Order: sequence, then structure tokens, then C-alpha cells
Amino acid sequence: MTLSSIARKVAMALSGLFLVFFLAQHFTINLTSVFSEEMFNSISHFMGTNPLVQFILQPVLIFGVVFHFVMGFILEIKNNKARTNNYESYKGSENANWMSRNMIFSGLAILSFLVLHFYDFWVPEMNYKYIEVLPDDPNRYYGELVHKFQSPYRVVFYSISFVFLALHLFHGFSSAFQSVGFNNKFMIGVKKFTIAFSFIIPLGFVFIAIFHHLNG
Amino acid sequence: MNLTLKIWRQSNSESKGKMVEYPISDVSPDMSFLEMMDFLNGRLINKGEEPVAFDHDCREGICGMCSMFINGEAHGPDRLVTTCQLHMRKFKDGETITIEPFRANAFPVIKDLVVDRSSFDRIQQAGGFVSVNTSGNTQDANSIPIEKYDADRAFDAATCIGCGACVASCKNASAMLFVAAKVSQFSLLPQGKIEATDRVRNMVKQMDEEGFGNCTNTGACEVECPKGISLENIARMNREYISTLFKS
Amino acid sequence: MAQMDSKTPKGSLSEKWTNHKSNINLVSPANKRLIDVIVVGTGLAGASASATLAELGYNVKTFCFQDSPRRAHSIAAQGGINAAKNYQGDGDSTHRLFYDTIKGGDYRSREGNVHRLAEVSANIIDQCVAQGVPFARDYGGLLDNRSFGGVLVSRTFYAKGQTGQQLLLGAYSAMNRQIGRGKIKMYNRHEMMDLVLVNGKARGIITRNLVNGKLERHSAHAVVIASGGYGNVFFLSTNAMGSNVTAAWKIHKKGAHFANPCFTQIHPTCIPVSGDHQSKLTLMSESLRNDGRIWVPKNIEDVKSIREGSLNPTHINEENRDYYLERRYPAFGNLVPRDVASRAAKERCDEGYGVNKTGEAVYLDFSSAIERYGKEEAHVKGLNEEDKPLINKLGQKIIRSKYGNLFQMYEKIVDQDPYETPMMIYPAVHYTMGGVWVDYNLMTSIPGCYAIGEANFSDHGANRLGASALMQGLADGYFVLPYTIGDYLSEDIRTGKISIDTPEFIKAEEEVRVRLAKFIYNKGENSVDYYHRKLGKIMWDKCGMSRNAKELKEAMSEIKILRKDFYENVRVPGGLDEFNEELAKAGRVADFLELGELFAKDALERTESCGGHFREESQTPEGEALRDDKFFNFVSAWEYKGEPSDATLRKEMLYYEEIEVKTRSYK
Repeated sequence: MTLSSIARKVAMALSGLFLVFFLAQHFTINLTSVFSEEMFNSISHFMGTNPLVQFILQPVLIFGVVFHFVMGFILEIKNNKARTNNYESYKGSENANWMSRNMIFSGLAILSFLVLHFYDFWVPEMNYKYIEVLPDDPNRYYGELVHKFQSPYRVVFYSISFVFLALHLFHGFSSAFQSVGFNNKFMIGVKKFTIAFSFIIPLGFVFIAIFHHLNG
Repeated sequence: MNLTLKIWRQSNSESKGKMVEYPISDVSPDMSFLEMMDFLNGRLINKGEEPVAFDHDCREGICGMCSMFINGEAHGPDRLVTTCQLHMRKFKDGETITIEPFRANAFPVIKDLVVDRSSFDRIQQAGGFVSVNTSGNTQDANSIPIEKYDADRAFDAATCIGCGACVASCKNASAMLFVAAKVSQFSLLPQGKIEATDRVRNMVKQMDEEGFGNCTNTGACEVECPKGISLENIARMNREYISTLFKS
Repeated sequence: MAQMDSKTPKGSLSEKWTNHKSNINLVSPANKRLIDVIVVGTGLAGASASATLAELGYNVKTFCFQDSPRRAHSIAAQGGINAAKNYQGDGDSTHRLFYDTIKGGDYRSREGNVHRLAEVSANIIDQCVAQGVPFARDYGGLLDNRSFGGVLVSRTFYAKGQTGQQLLLGAYSAMNRQIGRGKIKMYNRHEMMDLVLVNGKARGIITRNLVNGKLERHSAHAVVIASGGYGNVFFLSTNAMGSNVTAAWKIHKKGAHFANPCFTQIHPTCIPVSGDHQSKLTLMSESLRNDGRIWVPKNIEDVKSIREGSLNPTHINEENRDYYLERRYPAFGNLVPRDVASRAAKERCDEGYGVNKTGEAVYLDFSSAIERYGKEEAHVKGLNEEDKPLINKLGQKIIRSKYGNLFQMYEKIVDQDPYETPMMIYPAVHYTMGGVWVDYNLMTSIPGCYAIGEANFSDHGANRLGASALMQGLADGYFVLPYTIGDYLSEDIRTGKISIDTPEFIKAEEEVRVRLAKFIYNKGENSVDYYHRKLGKIMWDKCGMSRNAKELKEAMSEIKILRKDFYENVRVPGGLDEFNEELAKAGRVADFLELGELFAKDALERTESCGGHFREESQTPEGEALRDDKFFNFVSAWEYKGEPSDATLRKEMLYYEEIEVKTRSYK
């Protein structure tokens, strides 16, 4: 990468913010499944069949995810190269929290979750629509969702992954503001909001999973 | 006090170093950390051994020359002090203290605890100045009033002593806080605004060339900075830098 | 014995500098490119001179022993910098600054130089602001001033308690600009080991690369020494650990006369020595005396109880406290000049009233100020002025905003909270007014060799006023030397590059090598610090705040013996061609051991008391300093003749055209 260190960091922040936005949107749709099967089905059907979403937004999202991961790895490698002789004693916990120091690990946990998630939802979905080209059924989504959460192993793995997501967001969300140069008197409020977001959204996803597991 | 010191010994930049243990007795709690090191060196010299090399000069926390990584932290466990102002009363009798040089590939070890921080000088040379001739024929000092709030924040950024604790503490060995402090000082003052675009571009370019890591906003630098330079400065530099992307 | 000629231009005082600038020779821009200048030292004087010379077009090579030019000890100056700007409209003027400086220096400085200093002082502030130095400002956005000891106007510009740092970083940035342009070649971690003369002119230096130990030859058409003062001859001082006299002493040995070595400033407010392990002393800014009251207990029993730890000083009643400065000097009180305050503290401690375990400390008490500020604040806010804890809290807040960083520094070092219990302070060596003798052009007695900043002797006479050191360093470097050096260099435009392969350079390098090798192969038994501490003790005990003939003679012979012992028994571990801090220190201490003796000799010769130099034989019945203008109205310039005790005295008589010489009185 020929970008400067700050440009890379800004790119990381912007892609991260985009993913945070996507997460909020995804969460909102999932949440409807708890209240109304009908609404969930109709939104899912819209998202799954609307060409704008399918052929413009979906590739952008995939690019965003891939970019964020690739850039994260590049940064990690570069950063490790900046200090090849390590300290005998390094007390990172004295001056920075665990989340900020271990973004690569929480990121990897999220990546492994995404692999499963794609295997669970996205691959069957692509298969259904574009490979086998099965007939359009606007009411199939809720059933598929509930079915997936029958396995307790999946629910446990899903929940653990969201804990990592929470940890990743805890540092990443507010940090993105700093990276794009936003640090002023509103920062305290922004920080509070991002911390709340980073716990409420992942816990919400976990709640939805358990809800369907128990009610399925 | 009786202590065990584990100190990094390396005879020159090419050789491989190692940690060596030195038991030391009769240390006074009133000693500064560097006086304790003097005390150790005095004993080593009397025994015919080579003293431990370390950088130091003013010993009042302002020159920025002292640079030890003590028990896993730059300038040791105390806050807002340099190693020369850290006192032995902060340690417990019988404690083992690990002493290492500031580590970063941009700060190669010269000997023992002495490192080469000339990369910082080169960053400053790339743009850490206002291009005004020193002829004294400038306009009167009071011809441009500066809001007190901005002047004070420029001063806060300018108090950076260039010790490198930010780099040493950062898990990525990033020099962002150091560079941001200088960029901020000038960007807050009308005198510095004129060259702001070139300054931030050139200084960041030099910083990257020196092999420092990227900033990941862990905030370790701010905590370990002996002068308490704020992370806000990094945000300000990011802002300045982003704005240069829209300029030719 | 020929007198020294200062070459001060003729004419009225206020026009000397202007006329001189108009009449001296210049070097054309095209020719400046052909001329090299070496600058040793990167403090305010060295950095500002390097930057300006490079900007004018000369090729500059600059050297410092630290790892970066920004480490030079100018950085530690706290209080501020004087300038006759009269922004406060309180009657300041060039003439008043000039007068205050001469008077503060106890009438032992050169009139022409001091007036020039006052003239260019205002330019310094303009220059620094243009460079982005963040001076303190008031709410209207204009520059703020504070007042400093010994003067009646507010002319001190400051940046909190870190003025020196900000000014040095300004000069460093100007230097960086020229380094980036390739006009300055910067040599960090290089120490000057000797001066090279070719046909009697300064033509280069020998340096040692402190990283790999290699000796190097560097040539130039002129050499500028800006290596600071020699306070570390006392071992304990507020100077940096590395501050040394070596560069100045080497040029002295090559023919530059050394002026007034005994004029040393002992600063009254430093943190006292805590034990034998002490390596240096820390200054507490003079500004603290604006609000602090200095005292010791009246009763010797109280002193004993305090030392035993059974009595807390806050429990001593007002009537049992001796505010000795207020008692002795009712007019100036706690704000008497530095030399007077220091001697008064020593007098009390010598009488046995010192308040720490070593018996060398007095109290600097802020409780009255805290109470006063607290009440004012309570009044403004309409709160209860009788509520003691509230008053205390409010008052402490004001004190914190004024001196917070100093109080924090004190607490870290002494481990006591100065808001609750009075600070302990004691005088410590701080600045040396003496130094290499220079003429009006700042040239030493060696042609082509200049000395600027604290390294020269010029402007402060026998005592320096607060906030004047920064002013002098920058004045010399930015505005004086760059003009005057052209006068000399104008004759060098056809000289061409100076070869470093001439016999003079080879010989000088060889001499340095032999000198250093001697230390390495001398398998003695005592460390360098052992000798440095011993020298410091002799200096402090016998050439310190008050001096007498008997002790000065003892000091001279003791130093001579110590020096002999040093050469026979010093142990320097490690080798020549490597990073070797002990070897570097050995070279510096060797020079201190010679300077110390000359210092004592100068103090012995000057039987008057003036400024920082107090001879017990010359005092009034009340114990105040007694100057002798009849016999000592001169600068002592010492010519090197081998042993320091053989140095010959050459006088530069001082003439005062504009000023009436008076006795200083602070009663």
C-alpha cells in the first residue's frame, strides 16, 4: 500500500463506520422478527429481491468488509514490523485497555463468525436465488431463521462471537471518530453513545438468537 | 533498600544484547532513579566492570534525554514524570526491577540503554518550523493578537520534550503523538497556518519513512507522556492531514 | 602588562551599535557561500547563531554532545526573558533596561555591550513570536508580562514556567529549517576536544564522535564557542549533568583569555541536598519569592525538634519565626536580588538555624499568600471570609494556577506537599557570569575564535538579573554575532577551503589521542565522579557564597593536589574507540580541575566584594558587601601560562560614561 499512515487509518475508520451503520440496519431488521413474523418476512423479501440492494449495496458491503479486514491485517503486519525486538517486560494493561490492544484478535473472532454466518445464511440464499433458481417465496425467511437457531451449539458460538463484536466495537467505534479528526467537547457524549451502542447491539443480536432458540 | 536490577546490556549497535541481573543494596528511597543508576555504576567501576550506559542530561525533567523502560513502562510506573524525576520510594524493598532501552526499529540501540532518536530530529527538519528569517525585521510581536485559549493550547502542545516515551509505550511504536504535538502547536497559531499544508504532509511522510508504526488510538502514549500531551492533538493532526487531501 | 582593548566603538552610547553596524566590513552573498563557520553548542546562543549564519549564506557546521540540539540546557530556564518593549506602559525603555542590568551586575559589566543588549532585546520578542513561540497572552490576545527580582517594571515575557524550553525549541526549529536546506551540517553526540590554530588564527576543531569514539578534524574560517557556563565545577549545581567547560577551557589554553572566573551566581531558591547520593540540584523559580515568605525558627530548640521530626513547622507561632529577609531588608523584603538572598540564607544556616537534617535549608512559606488569595477570592464570590477550610481551599487554587508545575516538581522530589507544609529551599550554583573574554565584536583574544552566550563573560558583570540570560543568549546569536563576524570574515573571501591534512590538524588530533589514551591506560582505582565530587566540595566550602584569603589559598593548593592525584589514580573503564561515557566525563573533569584553581586565584586576587563575589574581608559593619571601585573597577582577563596558578592577569578597565556608579542598597 502506498497510502500514508494517516490515510490508511482514515480508510480503516471510514470502512469501520460504514460497517457500524450496516450493523445497526441489520439489527433493526432482525429485531422485527421478535415482534412480527409478517413484517420480518416482508422486509427480508424486499432486501433479498430489490435489485438496488442486491446488485449495488450488497457488493459495496462485501467490499467494505473485505477492505476492513485486509487493511486490518496490513496494519497489523506493518505495526509488528515497527518493533522487531520485543520488550522483556511490557505492561500494556497499565496504559491502554484490552480492547484497544487486541483489535486483531477480536477482529479474527468476528471473521470466523462471518464465515459461519455466510455458510448459514448467505450461501443457501445465493444458492436458492441464483444457482438453483427456486420459485420466489416471500414467506420463507422467518422459518429459515427460526430453524437455524434450533442448534444450541450454534447459539453458543453465535453468542460468543457477539461478545467479541462488542469488544471490537467498544474500541473501534469511538476510535473511528478520533481517526477522522473528531475530538472536541462533544467527544464525551460521542464516547458514551459508542459504548452504549457497542454493548446494546451485540446483546440484542444474542437476545434474538436465544429468543428464537427458546420459542422455536 | 535492597533491589535486584535486570538490565539490558548490549555493547554496540551490531552486537546481540541480553538481560543481566545485578543485586544492589543500600539504595536510599530519596534517590532518583538515575542516582540509583549512578550508584550502581560507581560500584561496577570499583569492581572493574563496565558501567551501564544510559542517556541523561538535565535531570529535572525537561531536556527529554533520559529514556528508560522500567518494569514494562516508559519512564517507570509513576505518571507525568521522566525517569530522572522518578524516585526510588516508588519501589518496594526487595523488588526486582526490569530496565530496558526504549524499543522501536526507528530507535536503534547504540549501547545498553542508549538509543538513537535522530529520527525525531529528521521529522522536525522536514517541516517542524515556521519559515521566517531570523533577521529581527519581522513585524511587532503584538501586531497579531491571538486568542488566549488558542495560545494556551498551542503552548500545551509545545511542551513536548521529544523523549520518545510515546513511541516506546505504543504497541505499534507509532510516533503520532510526537508529530501531532508539533503540528498542533503551529496549526493553532496564525504564524504557523501559512505553511500548514506542506508541514503536515512533509512531517507525516518523514514519519512514515522512518519506520514508525501506525496509530491505532490505544491512548497508551497519552498516559505515559511525561508532559501529558493530549490525544486531541492527534485528532487535530488527522484533521489537518485530511484537509490536505483536498489541496493540490 | 598591556591592558585589554575592548574595541568598543567611539561615539555616544546610544549610537555606538548603529554606527558600528554601518561601518564594519561585510561579506557579499556570493562570497558567503565560500566560507565555513563552526559553532560548538546548541543552546539559545549556539542554535540561534547557527540558524542566522546559515540563513545569511555561510556554510555552518554545528556540534553538540547531546543526542539532539534540543537537549541543550537553555531548555531548563523557567522564569522568562526580559525585553524593553514597554507593552505595559509602566515607564520601561531601552535605557532603563540597560541601567537595571548594569546596576544589577554591581557595576562590573561593559557599558557598550549592555546598551547593545538592551537595544536588540525588543527584536528578540518579535522574532520569537514570528517563529511560533507560544508566549503567555492576556484575554485581549496580546502578550503578557510579569515582574522579576531587582527591577521596578514588568518587562519579562514568559511561557508558564518553561520559557527556556519554548525559546530553545524556537531556535531549534529555525536551525532545523536550515538543516533541511543543507546549510547547516549538524553533528549530534560530538564533543569538541581541541581548537586548531593555523598561523595564529582559529581554523578548526578536533572532535570526538561519542558513539564510536572516533576523532575527527573539522576546518572552518571561524570558530564560535557557545558551550555555556561552568557551574558544574561545583559538582552540585542546577546545570545539566553534561554541562562542561571543556570547549571554553581548550580555547583558553590556546590563547583566549578567561575573564572573571570567580563571578558565579548562587541562586537562593533550590531544593536542598538530601544526601551523599545527590547528583544535581533542582531550581525553584525566582518567581516563587513573589508569594513565598522565607523564614527559620527564632529558637534553636525548635530547630532541634524539627530536625528530630518531633515538631511540625506549621505549629510554630508567628512570633517564634524569624523572617530574616523582611527583618534585614525591609524595603525589598523577600524580593532582594539573588546574591543578597543567598548570603542571608547561608548566614542563618551557619548560625545553626537550618531546618533539615543536613542543617542546610530554610523555609519558603506560602501560607500567608494562600490566606490572602483565599480571602480575596471569597470576597469576590461573596462567600464567608471567616471559614478557614474554605479560605484555604480557594487560596490553594490560586497558588496552583500560578505555580502548579513547580509545586508538583517539589512534591515528586521531596515527597512533601508544599501546599500543606512550607517548602524547604537552599541556595545552589546556577549561572556563571565569568567566561571567555571577548571584545565588542564577541571575538576572543584568538583571531577568528568567538564566544557567545553564557560561555563569554560580557554582559552581566558580577551578578545577573533574573530573565536576562535568555535575552543575552538570543541577542548574541540572532542579532550581534552574525553582523560582527562578517567584519573578520571579509578578509577570508580568497582563502578557499581550509585543508584538514595540514601539520597543525594532524598534531592537534594526535595530542588529543594521547591525552585520552592516558586515561584509558591509567589503571587507577578511583572513578571520575570521586574526583568531581571532591573538587565540588572544595569549591563549595572555600569558593562558595562567601570567601576569604585563607580558604582561597587552601582551595588553590588542595585543587592542585587533587589534580595530581586525578592524573595518577583515576580509573576509566572501557576503550577509546567506543561509546564511553566515563572517558567523556574524565576529559571534562580534567578541565574543571584546572579551571577550579584559576577560579580560586581570581577570587583571591579580587579582594573587594561585588555581586555574587563576597569577600569576608570586604564588608560593612552590618555585614553587607563592600565594593571597591578605586582598585577593582576592571575585568580580570587571565592569560594561560601553563599551570593555572601561573596565569597572568590582564585588566580591561571599565569606563562609565552614562551611568553614575553607586552603592547598591536594598534596605
